[in-house]
Amino acid sequence: MLRRQYYMTVGLVLLLVLVVLNLPEQTAGKLKLALGGLFLPLFALAGSAQNFAEQTGNAIAPRSALLQQIDELRKENQRLHEQLVQAQEASRENAQLRRAVGWQQRVPWSLKPARVVGQDPANWWRTIMIDVGLRDKIHPNMTVLTPEGLVGRVTDVGFDRSRVVLVGDPNCRFSAQVQEPRDQSVVAKGIISPSASSLDRLLVDLVFVPGGSLLKPGQPVLTSGDGGIFQKGITVGQIVDVRTNDHGLNLEARVKLVVNLNRLEQVWVMLQ
Amino acid sequence: MNWMNTIAILLVAFLAVFLESYFRGLRNLIGAQIDLLPALVVYASLSANISTVALIATLGGLWFDSLSTNPLGISVLPLFVIGLVVHYCRDLIMREQLYAQFMLGLAASAVAPLFTVLSLIGTGDEPLLGWCSLWQWLVMALGGAAFTPVCFYLFDQFNRAFSYQAQPETSFRPDREIKRDRGRHVDY
Repeated sequence: MLRRQYYMTVGLVLLLVLVVLNLPEQTAGKLKLALGGLFLPLFALAGSAQNFAEQTGNAIAPRSALLQQIDELRKENQRLHEQLVQAQEASRENAQLRRAVGWQQRVPWSLKPARVVGQDPANWWRTIMIDVGLRDKIHPNMTVLTPEGLVGRVTDVGFDRSRVVLVGDPNCRFSAQVQEPRDQSVVAKGIISPSASSLDRLLVDLVFVPGGSLLKPGQPVLTSGDGGIFQKGITVGQIVDVRTNDHGLNLEARVKLVVNLNRLEQVWVMLQ
Repeated sequence: MNWMNTIAILLVAFLAVFLESYFRGLRNLIGAQIDLLPALVVYASLSANISTVALIATLGGLWFDSLSTNPLGISVLPLFVIGLVVHYCRDLIMREQLYAQFMLGLAASAVAPLFTVLSLIGTGDEPLLGWCSLWQWLVMALGGAAFTPVCFYLFDQFNRAFSYQAQPETSFRPDREIKRDRGRHVDY
């Protein structure tokens, strides 16, 4: 009797696993989102608790500190306003020049702010979950960034949350270019890949850089725009060190990401 | 073991998966996240029937995969295999011993991620692996091992609080009782 119960349980679990693993990708994705939806109340509760703690902290902030902060923010606002006026002038000039040369007009970025609500519980993926989804017109492969630079791209989209695969995950390889800081000229191009040898989540590898390229520590690395997912010119990081590979045919460089992926709280999704 | 304990284990498994996804402190501090599900499966295997073990492995694995990039269902089989083996050998295991609990937790927490990663590679996925994975594996194994005795303690306390306890047997037998009176009183 006991042995029969064993066999039946083993059979049922095996059958279930086989069925779930062989579901069509779309159905499996929907099922995954539905199961993940069970955790939404907990995520909301945790978020509310965090907000409450922050508000409580704000309520007990001394008046002098708040006044000082207001003063600093006023100054920053004034500085940003001046920069905006200059940027508008430069943008107008840029548009005129583009029209004169016949280049396509540059579309301004449209950004949607999002809050990071969770991360991948498995150690072998680097993904996060954000609190925007189809409701906010989010689609797969949209770029996710912060004011500092690139964070990753959207992969799975639910109604009110999405999964973002971070730079450094095996599913987020893309083309990047190294620039010379002085004249912004492109030194070399390569592929950003995960650095599995380092525990530091902020280090990635720039691989398949042609041998003989003049790579130096400190040079900025930006998206190249090749591949069609990320727009050109988004900051990725800085070169830390360089080594030769394949008997000098290729170069590999370690790149320190500018965005601290360990401390992500708020990100922006590029809608266009 | 009653249905309330099964529900309690499922609830803890649900919370464990949520906490693994929500709290980033440990990963930022030591570079690895601890998985608590293998420890729960070990407890269930030594305290419940095989159906409960299957339920916890299945639901726990599905919940874990739903918050992860893992293909849905990939974590179920490693957890269930661990539960099945421990349940099969439960008569040989000294459940009450702290050392046994720790070692079982260590083995389960070491084997579960290994099986999952092998399954992922088998299905054509490309998880992030390297020398740092060894450190993450060590942390997962030790973290799971440390959590297992805690898990046993907490659930045993829970059981003690919410279920009837067996009356402890005494050596007293009414049929062997020697009845004494105050003795014959003689007046002189």
